Amino acid sequence: MPHDYVMSLNVESAPVLTQAAPTPLRLIDDAGRAVDPSEAGGFALPAPDILLGLYRRMVVARRFDVQVTALTRQGRLATYPSALGQEACEIAAVASLRTDDWLFPTYRDSIALLTRGVPPEDILASFRGEWHSGYDYYQHKIAPQATPLATQALHAVGLATASKLKGDHTVALTLLGDGATSEGDAHEAFNFAAVWQAPVVFLVQNNQFAISVPLDKQMACRTIADKAIGYGMPGYFVDGNDVAAMYAVVSAAVDTARNGGGPSLIEGLTYRMEAHTNSDDPTRYRDSSDVEVWRGRDPIERLEKYLVSVGVLTDGERAGITREAEELAAATRECMTKTAVIDPLELFEHVYATPRTALAEQRDFLANEIAEHEAAAAKTTGETA
Amino acid sequence: MTSHSSTTHESSTTAPATRPAAPMTMAAALNAAIRDAMVDDSSVVLFGEDVGPLGGVFRVTDGLYAEFGETRVSDSPLAESGIIGTAIGMAIYGLRPVVEMQFDAFSYPAFEQIVSHVAKMRNRTRGKIQLPIVIRIPYAGDIGGVEHHSDSSEAYWASTPGLTVVTPSNPADAYSMLREAIASDDPVIFMEPKSRYWSKAELALPVRTAPMSTAVVVREGTDVTLIAYGPTVKTALATAELATEEGLSIEVIDLRSLSPFDDATVSASVRKTSRAAVIHEAAQFGGYGAEVAARLTERNFYYLSAPILRITGFDIPYPSPKLEEYFLPTPDRILAALGTWEWS
Repeated sequence: MPHDYVMSLNVESAPVLTQAAPTPLRLIDDAGRAVDPSEAGGFALPAPDILLGLYRRMVVARRFDVQVTALTRQGRLATYPSALGQEACEIAAVASLRTDDWLFPTYRDSIALLTRGVPPEDILASFRGEWHSGYDYYQHKIAPQATPLATQALHAVGLATASKLKGDHTVALTLLGDGATSEGDAHEAFNFAAVWQAPVVFLVQNNQFAISVPLDKQMACRTIADKAIGYGMPGYFVDGNDVAAMYAVVSAAVDTARNGGGPSLIEGLTYRMEAHTNSDDPTRYRDSSDVEVWRGRDPIERLEKYLVSVGVLTDGERAGITREAEELAAATRECMTKTAVIDPLELFEHVYATPRTALAEQRDFLANEIAEHEAAAAKTTGETA
Repeated sequence: MTSHSSTTHESSTTAPATRPAAPMTMAAALNAAIRDAMVDDSSVVLFGEDVGPLGGVFRVTDGLYAEFGETRVSDSPLAESGIIGTAIGMAIYGLRPVVEMQFDAFSYPAFEQIVSHVAKMRNRTRGKIQLPIVIRIPYAGDIGGVEHHSDSSEAYWASTPGLTVVTPSNPADAYSMLREAIASDDPVIFMEPKSRYWSKAELALPVRTAPMSTAVVVREGTDVTLIAYGPTVKTALATAELATEEGLSIEVIDLRSLSPFDDATVSASVRKTSRAAVIHEAAQFGGYGAEVAARLTERNFYYLSAPILRITGFDIPYPSPKLEEYFLPTPDRILAALGTWEWS
């Protein structure tokens, strides 16, 4: 993996904490032009067919995200943290992994789950309020979406270490947000990973807000990537809206991990276009003009311009992608019409592997209570009939 | 390993042959339990602070690093949340981690990982992911420890659904219960009473005692049931001995398992004696004894001759070494408390 783009403070001299943030690595600029290879940090622009695949997955993922946000606004989901605008980070992460690698996502990373093959109804199970999590973790090699910030980063380090101990070549990639890097568990995960040389990749999506709090209230250093040097691992500061750069860097970090080179910390600089969740009001803490600036840096439009300019994205391709996206949106709406019936007595089923008498008593209590209510309701219905 | 099912780890069918009986401390019995489990099941790994070449600050892991090597026994960075968090990832991948929180109060940085993930993972995933992790916590006082080295933190864990919380009081149980804890598919908080580490018993390993989830009547009596666990079992037994001089027959129960609670065994004893007291080192308010007293009262009210008492540490932080004798429940204090009942 090229190391000349590694961000590091010069430990030979006093670090200058006020120095300007560096420019993030990018391979395709805002206007959709490939950057000069001399400015590409040693990373090569992925081949056109790979970029077209990334484009397709970003478009499909965004359609899903927009659809689910709409369903939430209709009151049909309890909540949905959108990743609108962050598709380049999410899709690059998934595209860089093999099927037997593991992904450790957060609540904001539903489109990563989708891209890795989790059916919409399984992704939405938790947001519909049916159960806390609802997909097949071992089939997809995806841990449950973590809500407590940065806790899942340690799980990723542990799984990667287990893979290494067993002599396997499984890599773990965990997604984190910028706010999560303030948590102690992020620090512990970075440190454990570096000390144990765990085959893990930390991908921090710096969307610049932790609900309402901007990054300059989270940390005093230039970039999140700079922190890597303190743990003894490479750190990469990447344009998180350039899927070409994200894919190149994340893939290289995954290869490094797989080949025994240890962990990497990657910061993708992006922007949370939507509110934190549907219960948030971003107009209270940020200017709409900022949002417009970032709308102009849209990751999908940027890649689209490039793909059109090199003649890869034809009208036929575009029509096929649109059809796939609309079919997914329809399937997502369709799955909302199916009412999942969950037996309330299942509440007691999964707490322990070893059965407990006290829990069985509480289950029976609830079963009786439900039966009595149903009997009373039936009696009332009978009397009024 | 790509599967996570409990059937993938080797069971204890290849337990080492019975060895000749020998006097053994609780620390040595725990050590033997970990070793035998590691011999039987290659998925068992051990890590934590100072558990490697040093063998742990209480020497419970003595010799294991030399025997099993770095891939199965390792010192971790000094970060308890990191220890539990990485153990979770290892368990997802099919390992059975045995980890140590060096002292009771040092487990608190790991509180979030234990309460939000270890305890909830199985339920959150509808049984698809289970975490067979053993978290060993040396706990309680009476060893002249400095601040933060003598806490009794059992109530935090016992009140958390999803955790199994057990505590042995003697070397035989220490071996047997730790073997069972490591073999369990549920995460287990394994609380080791520090003051009993050096207690000795004649053991022929691999000794197996009563199932880990059960309470045991360790001394039969007819007048009072003393309910103890971990370090206070010895105190309760001494109290029972002393009480014979007063013609009082005390039954002593060693709970062994704090979660689950063995209602059947304890209620049967209380119905027999009609009087009960709970003994623990932890502070009284909101402590484990409150749960014991409440559930025994709910289930056995018409069998009781007197209110269930709690004889516990005071509602103060654990004191300095020179003052801990005033804090810990003693036989005299227990007998005095029993004397406050109306005896007709």
